[in-house]
Amino acid sequence: MHDLAQQIVSGLATGSIFASMALALVLIYRAMGIINFAQGEMAMFTTYIAWQLVQNGMPMWAAFGATVLVAFVGGVALERLVIRPVERAPQLTVVIVTLGLFTAFNGLAGWFWGFIVKSFPTPFPTSPLQLGGVAFSAQDLGVIVVSLVTLGLISLFFQKTKLGLAMRAAALYPEESRMLGIRVGWMLALGWGLAAVVGAISGIMIAPVVFLDPNMMQTVIVYAFAAAVLGGIESPIGAVVGGLILGVGINLLGTYVDAIGNELRLAAALAVIVVVLMVKPAGLFGRATVQRV
Amino acid sequence: MKPFISRTVTGIFAAAFALAVTGSTIAPARAADPGVTDTEIVLGGTHPYSGPASAYGNIGKGIAAYFSYVNDKGGVNGRKIKYIDKDDGYSPPQAVQLVHQMVEQDKVFAIFDTLGTAVNTAIRPYLNQQGIPHMFVATGATTWGKDAKQFPWTIGWQPDYQSEAIIYARDILTNHPKAKIGVLYQNDDYGEDYNVGLKRGLAKHENMIVKMASYETTDPSVGSQIATLKASGADTFMIFATPKFAIQAMVLAAQQSWHPVIYLNNVSAAVPFMNAASKAGGPGAVAGVISTIYLKDPANHARYAGDAGMKLYNEIMAKYLPSADKDDGNYLYGVAIAYTMCDVLKRAGKDLTRKKVMDIAANLTEKDNPWAYPGVVIHSSPDFRFPITQMIAAKWLTTDWSPMGVLVDTRTMTTAAK
Amino acid sequence: MRSNGPRLAAIALAIVVIAVLPAIAPSFIVFDFIFVAAYAIAILGLIVLTGMNGQISLGHGAFMALGGYVAAVLAHNAGWPYWIGVPLAAVASGAFGILIGLIALRLAGVYLALATFSLAVATPSFLKHFKSVTGGFGGLSLDTVKAPGWFPLDAQNWLYYVAWAVTGVVFLLSALLVQGKFGRALRALRDNPIAAVSFGVNPYYYKTLAFGWSAVLAGIGGAFLAMATAYVSPDTFTFALSITLLIGAVLGGILTFWGALVGAIVVEFLPFVAQKINAGAPGVVYGVALILMMLFVPDGIVGGLQRLVRGLIGQPQLQPALEPTVPPAASIAVDQPSRE
Repeated sequence: MHDLAQQIVSGLATGSIFASMALALVLIYRAMGIINFAQGEMAMFTTYIAWQLVQNGMPMWAAFGATVLVAFVGGVALERLVIRPVERAPQLTVVIVTLGLFTAFNGLAGWFWGFIVKSFPTPFPTSPLQLGGVAFSAQDLGVIVVSLVTLGLISLFFQKTKLGLAMRAAALYPEESRMLGIRVGWMLALGWGLAAVVGAISGIMIAPVVFLDPNMMQTVIVYAFAAAVLGGIESPIGAVVGGLILGVGINLLGTYVDAIGNELRLAAALAVIVVVLMVKPAGLFGRATVQRV
Repeated sequence: MKPFISRTVTGIFAAAFALAVTGSTIAPARAADPGVTDTEIVLGGTHPYSGPASAYGNIGKGIAAYFSYVNDKGGVNGRKIKYIDKDDGYSPPQAVQLVHQMVEQDKVFAIFDTLGTAVNTAIRPYLNQQGIPHMFVATGATTWGKDAKQFPWTIGWQPDYQSEAIIYARDILTNHPKAKIGVLYQNDDYGEDYNVGLKRGLAKHENMIVKMASYETTDPSVGSQIATLKASGADTFMIFATPKFAIQAMVLAAQQSWHPVIYLNNVSAAVPFMNAASKAGGPGAVAGVISTIYLKDPANHARYAGDAGMKLYNEIMAKYLPSADKDDGNYLYGVAIAYTMCDVLKRAGKDLTRKKVMDIAANLTEKDNPWAYPGVVIHSSPDFRFPITQMIAAKWLTTDWSPMGVLVDTRTMTTAAK
Repeated sequence: MRSNGPRLAAIALAIVVIAVLPAIAPSFIVFDFIFVAAYAIAILGLIVLTGMNGQISLGHGAFMALGGYVAAVLAHNAGWPYWIGVPLAAVASGAFGILIGLIALRLAGVYLALATFSLAVATPSFLKHFKSVTGGFGGLSLDTVKAPGWFPLDAQNWLYYVAWAVTGVVFLLSALLVQGKFGRALRALRDNPIAAVSFGVNPYYYKTLAFGWSAVLAGIGGAFLAMATAYVSPDTFTFALSITLLIGAVLGGILTFWGALVGAIVVEFLPFVAQKINAGAPGVVYGVALILMMLFVPDGIVGGLQRLVRGLIGQPQLQPALEPTVPPAASIAVDQPSRE
């Protein structure tokens, strides 16, 4: 029984990694209806900035704040510089631009900081906690709590603030919003800024667990896609729940189903994406209908 | 025997002749192979400077730094080394094309230090068919030794992974004869080679292994595998992993309150990785971990403070790679393997041929590599293509690896020789 | 329609260059051009899929992997020659393509991109998993393709001519396909689906078939990649390969078959150039090139050149085909961005 519980707890820890990344993907999707393939690399890059600040002697939480700020400004700037010009271009163009960002950020990080794995300081205590014979770490708990808090803040922002409402309106009804005087272009840029912030938070939370290297996000992003799709790609809460389900699910499959084993976890994530999109495209929490071709 | 003697005589004669007529246009007695002139030796290599294995690109930079150092000191037997080093992105097709280009356009004399099992497997047939030395491949897969008959132009350098695992097995049998062993391994040939070595070393005690868990390099975390191994009741933990996952494994074991005796493979045991694990999981996560050493560790400042080799390494790095992190063992690996290359070229003398260089590389006894662990002899023979087989077990004591016992030579134990 | 003159002249020129290349270029360039042929065939597959069908695939490396491994396994385990291996690679890959095509029918634009992206990332784990067939992580080594006795040149040149002959055939077949009933149906579906369906065009049939043909091409490309390297391993068919194909299609020009040829040359030689520009970070060069291209020349090198030439000779400008408001890859063309 302990084994099972330990697998579940460990799965929740991994799942919270997927969840926080999926949240950032969902935000961009809601804001502009595009999938940002560079989301993971952007998160990785901002995490390196945090690392550099800490190396230079800044206290952890101050570095955290500064990084979040940099991420926001960077996200907005990216939208203005490279996304806005292709905003109304075909989807393929946008996809390719985000893939270009993916490659460029990966290369830049390696160029600036090298490819050697680095440890990232955790803002949480390192000693293990015990609960009924199941061990877990304050770090795991911290990632889950921070994801939930981020989710809560985002929901509040979108539902209770004028700016949040304006952003949703701009995403859903750009023409009408324009007539109501909402500056749609800037709303979209804000969406990118916000997603970059969530990505940065996610990166800083993940880095103490998966360790810092330029390729740290390359498979996490696939699991995050799967989590987002599972939860419903328009639903922030779906992203978090989807991430946790996926984390636990692949642990249990990997451990108890021999045919999958540890080798085909990634394939299981792929299967989740395909099956959910085919059977229930709106995911667990989404209401949106996926357009059929 | 006769050809060898006559070649040697010719070589000596040619060298003397060349010395006597330095500066004249008369070439040595017989036409040299491509890639060698009176003033230059051209070598080619590929490393991953982009893609998933980019961390190892620093090996290439270390090599280039050492060659610059040698060139500034006058080169090898009066010839400067020109090292053409390209990015293969860890992709076999890319490497094959680069090697064709180096051989056919750049006219390299030899291919030196290409990195990775797949890349080297891909370029090996071509180089052997062309009779071009394929020297000191940066991988420890057993095939470099095992298939030496079929591919006589290929030779390894670093210890094969099996040998290393055999050393761990022997240590377990001696010091922990009642151990219940759990293994975490990377699911590829690299991990498999370690598993084979471990089982070989345990021999009839193979049933001491109670659980084996594999991971993929695409896994975000090995938390699940650690939970499985802990649940198996194992009290001894073998980590056969690349650095990132090895660090994770040690940290996660501590976080899951699992405190086995840990054996950690050499690739992941450099001081920076141990420090990373110690920072993330607390000093308890890494205390008493056992690994092996065959090169000096540049991050181990205390142990090698007065070491002449390390001093030279620091000088080379300061001069030729001033902005690099010289604690990164990949640079030292590059410098050390480049030393062996220069050593072979030096021994081959002034009259260089590919055949001769390959013969020397395959009959090498190098006792003075400044960066090998003290006492390690780099030694090869035509039917044994892993020049380094000596390693010493070591235990991690809070900031430093402390060697245990004596150097072990696995030459007779591994299957890599067959 | 313009006259076919310039186009035929360009095709003739391309054929002549390819035919005489081994006589004038150094051997390693000839070798590189075998890879160019492999990439060109695979990128053509992507162009057929994206340009004609409007479907985005970030996972065409998976089809290349299948084709490459089918050819390699048959040669390695059964000793079958390539002239059986390549067609079987095409068949296997095509069948897999039809399967994915059926799934793709239900995934709109960006969802398909996401699913195929994941497929590309997962491909190496599949290859490793089925160890007994694929040789696992260590891969399979192949004997180099031998030239038949009557062929006057060496084996490398033989493979070069075989690869380019096959390239010629598949380009021709694809052109016929696009210009025939099949192409008309697809264009109708793309431009006015409701009308097309009401005229009795079955969208499922044609779209799935297009996906299948695209996969056939990628599979053949993969088989030649395997034969040229004389080795396959999971490291050959990583996610980076899929992205390489896409980069080739986009930089070359996704609206015309010429884009496949130009794109293949670009992806073959870009890595060598990128290292020269920035040895520390070739990735930065690719990434920035890709973004700049999308911002300023979205119709690729071929499209950009066509516009430039038209500007110079004073022909009326066609609008750049990937301009806003034009639906994805609006006008595929064997000839030119057409306005029928």
